[in-house]
Amino acid sequence: MTSSMHNAASGEAASTHSWVPHPVKVVLGVVTTLAITFLGLLVVTFFIGRVVPIDPVLAVVGDHASASAYEKAKIELGLHLPLWQQFLIYVKNVAVGDFGESVLTANPVIEDIKRVFPATLELATMGTIFGVLLGVPMGVVAAVHKGRWPDQLVRVLGLLGYSVPVFWLGLVGLLLFYAKLDWVAGPGRLDIAYEYLVDPVTGMLLIDSLIAGEIDVFLNALSHIALPAIILGYFSLAYISRMTRSFMLEQLSQEYIITARVKGLSETRIIWRHALGNVMVPLVTVIALSYASLLEGSVLTEIVFAWPGLGQYITNSLLQADMNAVLGGTVVVGAVFISLNLLSDILYRLLDPRAK
Amino acid sequence: MRRLMGAALIAAMAWSTPALAETPKDTLVMAHTIDDIITLDPAEIFEFSGAEYAGNTYDRLIGYEVDDVSKIYGVVAESWDISEDGKTYTFKIRSGINFVSGNPLTAEDAAFSLQRAIILDKSPAFILTQFGFTPENVKDKIKADGDILTIETDQAYAPTFLLYCLTATISSVVDKKEVMANEQDGDMGHKWLRTNYAGSSAFKLRQWKANEVLVLDRNDDYWGDKPAMKRVVIRHISEPATQRLLLEKGDIDIARKLGADQLAGLEGNDDIRVRQGEKGAVYYLGLSQKNKYLQKPEVRQALKYLVDYKGIEQTIMKGKATVHQAFLPKGFLGALTETPFSLDVEKAKSLLAEAGLSEGFSLTMDTRNTAEITEMAQSIQSTFAQAGITLEIIPGDGKQTLTKYRARNHDIYIGRWGPDYQDPHTNADTFARNPDNSDDAKSKPLAWRNAWDIPEMTKQADAAVLEGDAAKRAEMYLALQREHQQVSPFVIMMQEIEVAAERANTKGFIIGPAFDDNRYYKVTKD
Repeated sequence: MTSSMHNAASGEAASTHSWVPHPVKVVLGVVTTLAITFLGLLVVTFFIGRVVPIDPVLAVVGDHASASAYEKAKIELGLHLPLWQQFLIYVKNVAVGDFGESVLTANPVIEDIKRVFPATLELATMGTIFGVLLGVPMGVVAAVHKGRWPDQLVRVLGLLGYSVPVFWLGLVGLLLFYAKLDWVAGPGRLDIAYEYLVDPVTGMLLIDSLIAGEIDVFLNALSHIALPAIILGYFSLAYISRMTRSFMLEQLSQEYIITARVKGLSETRIIWRHALGNVMVPLVTVIALSYASLLEGSVLTEIVFAWPGLGQYITNSLLQADMNAVLGGTVVVGAVFISLNLLSDILYRLLDPRAK
Repeated sequence: MRRLMGAALIAAMAWSTPALAETPKDTLVMAHTIDDIITLDPAEIFEFSGAEYAGNTYDRLIGYEVDDVSKIYGVVAESWDISEDGKTYTFKIRSGINFVSGNPLTAEDAAFSLQRAIILDKSPAFILTQFGFTPENVKDKIKADGDILTIETDQAYAPTFLLYCLTATISSVVDKKEVMANEQDGDMGHKWLRTNYAGSSAFKLRQWKANEVLVLDRNDDYWGDKPAMKRVVIRHISEPATQRLLLEKGDIDIARKLGADQLAGLEGNDDIRVRQGEKGAVYYLGLSQKNKYLQKPEVRQALKYLVDYKGIEQTIMKGKATVHQAFLPKGFLGALTETPFSLDVEKAKSLLAEAGLSEGFSLTMDTRNTAEITEMAQSIQSTFAQAGITLEIIPGDGKQTLTKYRARNHDIYIGRWGPDYQDPHTNADTFARNPDNSDDAKSKPLAWRNAWDIPEMTKQADAAVLEGDAAKRAEMYLALQREHQQVSPFVIMMQEIEVAAERANTKGFIIGPAFDDNRYYKVTKD
C-alpha cells in the first residue's frame, strides 16, 4: 500500500515535469480499469444468468429425473444457497483462477475455453487479414473515385456484405465452392483422414501443422478455413472499406494534400503514402474493434461450418443455463476487448506522427 | 508475415486441394447432433446421444431383438431364473468376457454396476429404484456369489418390467476395478467415468470433445462378433443443410439429423439411401387442468378434433413422425394403435357449444422454438381458430418452456415425451399416474404437470405393473389407453420416426426402437 502510494505520488511529481505519465501510474490505472471492468462483467452476467427463467438444475438432471436426484444436483451446484452467497463464492474462485466446471461438458471451463478459443482465434484472424487486405484498398479506391463507378461498386459490395445474412452466405458459399466446384474443403476444421496427425500445441491447426512439419495437414486446414474466413472477412471488409472511405475523404480535402499536389508529388504517393498514412491512426481502432467482434465468435458462421468455436460454446451454454461456462466465456471476451483496446492505444501512439 | 499468410489464403481460394470425396474404408463417419451429451457415465447418461454411445460401448445383462422387443436374450447373463414368489431373479454370468482394461467381467462387476447406479442416484436412477432399492439396502438386495447375480425386488412385478429395466443404459456393466481405482472422495469413480471409459462391448471410447466430436475405436478383444469398422467418428453438425451437403459430397457416410426439407431434396439421388425406424417418443399437447376452459371435458374432447393430424404427418413431419394417439408407442407391449380422432371442425364446434363456449375463448401455448415444434404449433393455431379458439403461441427455448411447464404455469404445452425403458410402465407412469396432485408434490409426472387428479386411473396403472401374465397385462394397458385417449388432458398426436440417410456403400447401421439400440457393430462399407 505504502509503496503504491509512493509510486502514485512520484507519478504526480513526474507529471509536473512532463506530459508523459509515469509508467507505474499507467500500469496502476490499467490494472484498476481491468479489475473494475471484469468485476462489472461478472456482476452483470451472473445476475442476468440468474434471472433468466431457466432452471439450471434441469440442464443437469434432465426432465425425467426423480425428485431426489434433482435435489441432490441442486445442492451439488450450490444453488440452494442465497444468490449473494453464490456470487461471492464464484468471485472468490475466479480470483484464484478457478472458473469451475461446465455441467454440460463435464470439463473445467478453462479446459473447454482452451479448446474452443484457438478455433475462433484462427478463424477471426484469417477473416480480419482478408478484410483488411481487401477492405482498406477498396475504401481508398472508393474515396479517390468518389461518386464514380468504382465508388458505387465498392458501396454495393459493402452493403451486400453488411446486409446479407451470414448463414445464408455461408450455405450458398458451401454449395458453390465446396459441393459444385470442389475448390475448398467442407465444414469442420480438418478432413477425417487428417485428424490425429498433429498434436495440439497452440490449438490453431494452421500453426500446429507447420510446427509439426505436416504440410498436407496445413493445406487441408487452409482449405477448410478459407471459406468461413472469407465469409467472416467479407463482413468486416464491408465495415472497414466504408470507414476507410470516409476517413480518406476527410484527409483528401485537407490543405496538406493540395500543397503536396502543388509541389508536384505523384498522385500515387499522395494517396497511398500521405493520406493513407494519416488515416492509419483511426483505422487501427476500427480494425481492432472489428477483429474483437469476430473474436467473440460468430455463432451463425460457426454453426453452418461446424466450427467448434467460442460463439457456439457460449450460446450453447447460455441456452442450457450452464452459468460457469457462460461466465468463463464472458470473461474471455471481455479480456479480448480490453486487450485489443490497449493494443490499439499503443499502436495509436506508435503511428501518430505527432507522437514521434 | 501477415502478408505471406494473406497471400497463402488468396492462393487457397484460387487453387485449393480438392476435398477427399471418400471417407476411409474402415472408418464410419456420421454427422449427428451430440450437444446433448453431458456425461459418459452410464449411471448418469440420460440423453439420446449418450444412450447411443453407451449402447455401442457397454454390455448389459440382457438385450432384446430390435425387430421384436418381446424376444429377450442374454448378453452378459447366460441364463436367468425367477423364483416362485416372483421376487428373486438369479442371473448366471457368462464366462470369458474381458473388459477393455483386461480385467475379467464377473458377477461382482454386474452387482457393483447396479449398486453404484443406485447409490450415485443420478437422473436415471429411478429406473432401478422403483423396484424398492435404496442406497442403504441395495447391497443386500443385489448380490454376487461366484458366477451368480441375485436381484431381490420389493414386490412381485411383471417379470418383463424388471428385465426391460435391465436393458436400459443405467444397467450397463462397468469395470469395478478400473472405476474404483479412479475414485475421488468416495464418488465411486463418477467424476472420472464422466469423461472416460470402463466397458467391454464392441467399441471403446477414443475421444469425446463436447459439441464437437465423439470417436469410438473397435474393441479388438471383444468377446462377440468383431465389427468391420475400425473406427466410428461422430461429428457434431447442428445445421441440417450442412449435413446434407457433406453427405452428398461423400465426406460423411451417414447423416443423422436431416429435416423434412433435406429429405425431400435427397429424393431421386441414387447414391443415397434413406432409412427409417420407429422411435418411442410421442408428440402431444398437455392441457392444464388449472385452466377453467380446459377443465371442461367437452373442451378437451373438442381440441382432440381440432388438430390436423394427417396434414402435419404429410407436410411438417413428413418422414419424421406418424399419426399416433395413445400414450404407449407402437412396438410396446399393449400399445393401442386406434386413431379415433381426425380434424373435424363441426364436431368440435358442437362440443364447444355443449360446454357453453360457442362464442370462443383464448388460450396460450408454450412452444419450444425449434422449427418442427413451431410449425406444428402454427398448424394447431390455425385449426383451433376455425372453431373460434384464439391460440397465442409463446415461443421459448426448450429449457425455458420446460421450466414453466414443470411449474404448472402453462395453459397448453406442446411437447415430446420419450420412454425411459422398453416396458409399458414407463409411459403409463407419467401419462396415467398422479399419486399426489398437490403443488408441492415430490414427483412431477406429466399428469401432475397438467394438474390432472386421477386416483382411480393411478390404481389401474399400479395394478397393470404387477400382472405377471403378459397377455392379461397387455389387455389392461389397452383398456387404460382407450379410456385415457378419450378423457385425458393429453392430445397425443404423433409418434416419432428416426431417419438416417446413408451413402449407398454403407450398410448395416441398425436403427432400433430405443436410442441405445442404434448400433454400429454390423456396419460394412464396400
